[in-house]
Amino acid sequence: MSEYVEHDNGGISVGLVEKKFHTFAEPPNALMLESGAGLGPITVAYETMGILNSDKSNVILVTHALSGDSHVAGYYAADDPKPGWWDIMVGPGKGIDTNRYFVICSNVLGGCMGTTGPSSTNPTTGQPYGLDFPVVTIGDMVKVQKVLLDHLGIDKLLAVIGGSIGGMQVIEWVISYPEMVTAAILLATTTRHSALAIAFNEIGRQAIMSDPNFNKGDYYSGPKPDLGLALARMVGHVTYLSDEAMRSKFGRRLQNRDNLAFDFEANFQVESYLRYQGSKFVQRFDANSFLYITKAADYFDVGRQHGQDSEVEAFARVTAKILAISFTSDWLYPTYQSRDLVKVMKKNGLDVSFCEIEAKCGHDAFLLPNERQSALINRFLNRVSEEEHDAL
Amino acid sequence: MRYDLQIIASWIEPGSRVLDLGCGEGELLGFLKKEKLVKGTGIESSEAKVEKCIEKGVQVLQGDITEEVHDYPDNSFDYVILSQTLQQVLEPDILIKDLLRVGKKIIVSFPNFSYWSIRLQILFFGYAPKNRQLPYEWYNTPNIRIITIKDFRRFVRETGCEVIKEVDINTHSDDLQGNIIRFLPNLRATYGIFLVSRRNNTP
Repeated sequence: MSEYVEHDNGGISVGLVEKKFHTFAEPPNALMLESGAGLGPITVAYETMGILNSDKSNVILVTHALSGDSHVAGYYAADDPKPGWWDIMVGPGKGIDTNRYFVICSNVLGGCMGTTGPSSTNPTTGQPYGLDFPVVTIGDMVKVQKVLLDHLGIDKLLAVIGGSIGGMQVIEWVISYPEMVTAAILLATTTRHSALAIAFNEIGRQAIMSDPNFNKGDYYSGPKPDLGLALARMVGHVTYLSDEAMRSKFGRRLQNRDNLAFDFEANFQVESYLRYQGSKFVQRFDANSFLYITKAADYFDVGRQHGQDSEVEAFARVTAKILAISFTSDWLYPTYQSRDLVKVMKKNGLDVSFCEIEAKCGHDAFLLPNERQSALINRFLNRVSEEEHDAL
Repeated sequence: MRYDLQIIASWIEPGSRVLDLGCGEGELLGFLKKEKLVKGTGIESSEAKVEKCIEKGVQVLQGDITEEVHDYPDNSFDYVILSQTLQQVLEPDILIKDLLRVGKKIIVSFPNFSYWSIRLQILFFGYAPKNRQLPYEWYNTPNIRIITIKDFRRFVRETGCEVIKEVDINTHSDDLQGNIIRFLPNLRATYGIFLVSRRNNTP
């Protein structure tokens, strides 16, 4: 996912939010990971918005994608230049209405924005983990979110909502904790990466690992593999856009010049834009986290992990009401993947709705202002919360 | 609610599972969910109409009806509804067979092309008929299947199925009211509505 964080056009915001932390799995009570390795202690960074109601029935968990974090909406300080990454969706009266719902978002395991990841200190060495950090899975990320909810005393989620790799976590949630999840919203996601998606992730990882500063992941005390990470970001960014979006945004326009320069500087606007995105990304993101999170996404395979190679089997215990949304120009997580997902749910007799939204901005569409998407999410949440209320 | 949908709704048993193909803005399913506690799903191709369905609290899948029906296991529904859509389907025989596979009963409504005024238009003017039910020219009409009430009865018979109920009505396509036609329906009704099931001896 890209960074589109802008101030809300209507100037509406959830206001000030605070990043909080919960630490658990202190040795010897390490968390057992899917790989068989143990990890502890684990700190999870999270933020909450809205007010938890008395029967704790209005909780929504938002899960973030590759480069997101716990800061989903609002501002850390009054003079903060930027709100959270999904401020257009989460706030008072918005798609996910913080006047009605208590919203939780946490940074994923393996991340670098407050939750334990490869840049955290390894308690046995006193140094950052680097590549000694165990490979984590989407299932491990969700397990950590579950521990956080237990800590917050929440045993029921009205909804889990996420796009892209965040959507994978949503799928993991409805399968692993069916009794906890009333509804799930899946945006531009899949039950398993295509070869195309794995290929682009691998290019990104190779760019990082072949940076001279990479030093087998042990770069925290010296220069960082910024060039590799920036390159990984540039490749990733292209996959989040679409031919049409790039044509209308850049075309063949030149950057600050009228003629070709006959050199290898950024002549075209699109080159300049990608370099800028790359250089901005390295300021806030850890290269090792990029390796770990993309790997977790590539490993994700619902049928293999939960259904003895059958996705229908994997969803057999799911009870959540589902809304799946895809976008016409998304070629990284194309509509056919969402349709396959829906097909599996139909075979299981699940309550599922699906909409393919006409959008030209590619995979990133779910992060951008889109009235249709906001309306679908908002109305779907209305429905499930009303039905939940009626059932009580 | 549209007159033909009112009749269809009256046929649905409370609490049943219903699939509505071409459900539009979810009017029928919304009504059935509220009044008859039906567990319903709609299929609709228009993104804007899908949003309206979600707004009404109706479960809906955006997609092509033929393809979407295909994914359901046998007997997934008590009723499958195909209202005012059959005349637009490319392969009605294949679709109806599939509907009878996923649904125990199907409800089909369609405009009756042997309505007297349509017959007169062809007889006296010699042009492809146009009226409020069929407001298109021959070159832009989505209604590619010319069906009459008698045609459909014969089709059901020949497919080895059974008409459980038939109501023929005289109404315009989006009218809220209409009349049930009992005498010479193939001549006097604008729409036929059929409740059809597999014969008991066919699994």
